[in-house]
Amino acid sequence: MDRPFLEISRVSVRFGATLPPVLSGIDLRIRQGEYVAVIGHSGCGKSTLLNVVAGLLPATQGGVVLEGKEVAEPGPDRAVVFQNHSLLPWLTCYENVKLAVDRTAGREMSRAGRHDWTMRNLALVRMEGHAAKRPAEISGGMKQRIGIARALAMRPKVLLLDEPFGALDALTRAHLQDQVMAIHAELGTTVMMITHDVDEAVLLSDRIVMLTNGPDAVVGEVLEVDLPRPRDRLALASHPRFLAAREAVLRFLHERHAPPGQAAA
Amino acid sequence: MASDLAGAVSGAAARPAAAAAAPTRFPPPWRAALARLGWTAASIGLFVGIWELCWATGLSDPKLLPPPHIFLANIPDQARFFNTATRWQIGINPADGPSPYEAVFITIGATSMRVFVGLAIAAVLSVSIGVLIRYFQLLERLTLPTITLLSPISPIAWLPIAIFIFGIGNAPAIFMVVVALFFHMTLSTISQIDAVNRNYINVARTMGATKRQIYARVIIPAILPQLLLVLRLNMFGAWMVVLVAETTGVGFGLGQVLSMARNTFNPSLVFFCIALIGVLGFLTDLILRMVQNRILFWVPQTAGVLRGL
Repeated sequence: MDRPFLEISRVSVRFGATLPPVLSGIDLRIRQGEYVAVIGHSGCGKSTLLNVVAGLLPATQGGVVLEGKEVAEPGPDRAVVFQNHSLLPWLTCYENVKLAVDRTAGREMSRAGRHDWTMRNLALVRMEGHAAKRPAEISGGMKQRIGIARALAMRPKVLLLDEPFGALDALTRAHLQDQVMAIHAELGTTVMMITHDVDEAVLLSDRIVMLTNGPDAVVGEVLEVDLPRPRDRLALASHPRFLAAREAVLRFLHERHAPPGQAAA
Repeated sequence: MASDLAGAVSGAAARPAAAAAAPTRFPPPWRAALARLGWTAASIGLFVGIWELCWATGLSDPKLLPPPHIFLANIPDQARFFNTATRWQIGINPADGPSPYEAVFITIGATSMRVFVGLAIAAVLSVSIGVLIRYFQLLERLTLPTITLLSPISPIAWLPIAIFIFGIGNAPAIFMVVVALFFHMTLSTISQIDAVNRNYINVARTMGATKRQIYARVIIPAILPQLLLVLRLNMFGAWMVVLVAETTGVGFGLGQVLSMARNTFNPSLVFFCIALIGVLGFLTDLILRMVQNRILFWVPQTAGVLRGL
């Protein structure tokens, strides 16, 4: 691996001069097309790291380089899917995706081209039939699918997923995970996903980055998930390498880095 | 005969929903509106009923608290007190001018005009200044402390100033309405901008939107529902202030009639004015609610979610 596609180097984030840093010296190199999951207990700074990569939050020290260019501000090359979908409630599903298309491809595409691209992305998440509905009229899983379509419509170099399925029920979550796997296989997008779900991390990613507990969180361990793609959740359920990877992450989270509250209780 | 009966029974069984809906004759939206109207009438009827009961049992003195059937009985008699003719002007015949009924409508129109013009000026002014204050930090530093300092001052305290500056006529009354609403609505606009979901703003930022685009496409649509609610609540404030302003030198208006009724010890006229003001306030709220539903079709209806408790 000569030049990494996305390079996070020695990122530290501190929210107040007197407080200990939330993250300290995070180093991570991500290849093009790679699917990386970042896992850790809640409050360890996973989302903070994602916000730094997205450019929404400046790093106190260190920085992020994407394709040789330093990340200074948010931009459509690093589209984010937020945990609570954050669709604009006054726009329809179609208009939410179209807004992203118009903002990011305004000049290079014709009117008809922008419409087609919007519909193509809605079709990618199987939501073309609900294009005219407003966010209040569809379910949580559907909203998250529109959120993914909106992010993909920006044609990002890196797709940042911030606990995208955290608020969904188990069945909907499984369904969306399969869709994201299919999209990743089809488009080859580089993905960085924040999660606290061990099964999800093992199932979806090529590498799992485990953060220690904050404050002062660092990268504790990085696990390569050596499972063939396309992956099937049923076939993997009893696959020895799947189980081994799952156990490794569980041991990290619950044996060596149990959440501070639980040790006392 | 028997087969007819059997057919009717099976037909009714096959379409129970249609059978149940048939007798009402009205389509559902009409039924809902009629029910709402009925409850409004019941609510007002209950209030009036208690009042009338107090009168009938001799609990309340009709000279001090005349019940509705007394102060609404002789509307032409009440209308005489609404005098909109400028009879003090030289060369005008005191008998000229509008009839008593016309005068009532001119008075209502004049007061409503002051409320709406004042409300419109205050809304436009305070929303634009609130947004500009958040947009330009220099403006915030220069104006926000003064606005916060002036906002708790009662609009009544501004009354002399309104007269000093604008003399008599419509201008001081409109000024009073504007000054009563402006500071409060500006502060409320600012706090609503601060309460906009950060994720909406972050989404726009990741799309590469500029500050101006974020304000125009995200922040202003996002604060619109609360702004309209604030406007509705402040409309009641506008109705209160305009009456105070009208007690002093505006020529004519509901406040002027009310103050004359006080000075001439005419409780019946006072209650007549109060009834008019109540109806007007109710109607303006209805209009604003309809505007709200038209503009904010995307806001989920939350009224009644607690009804199942």
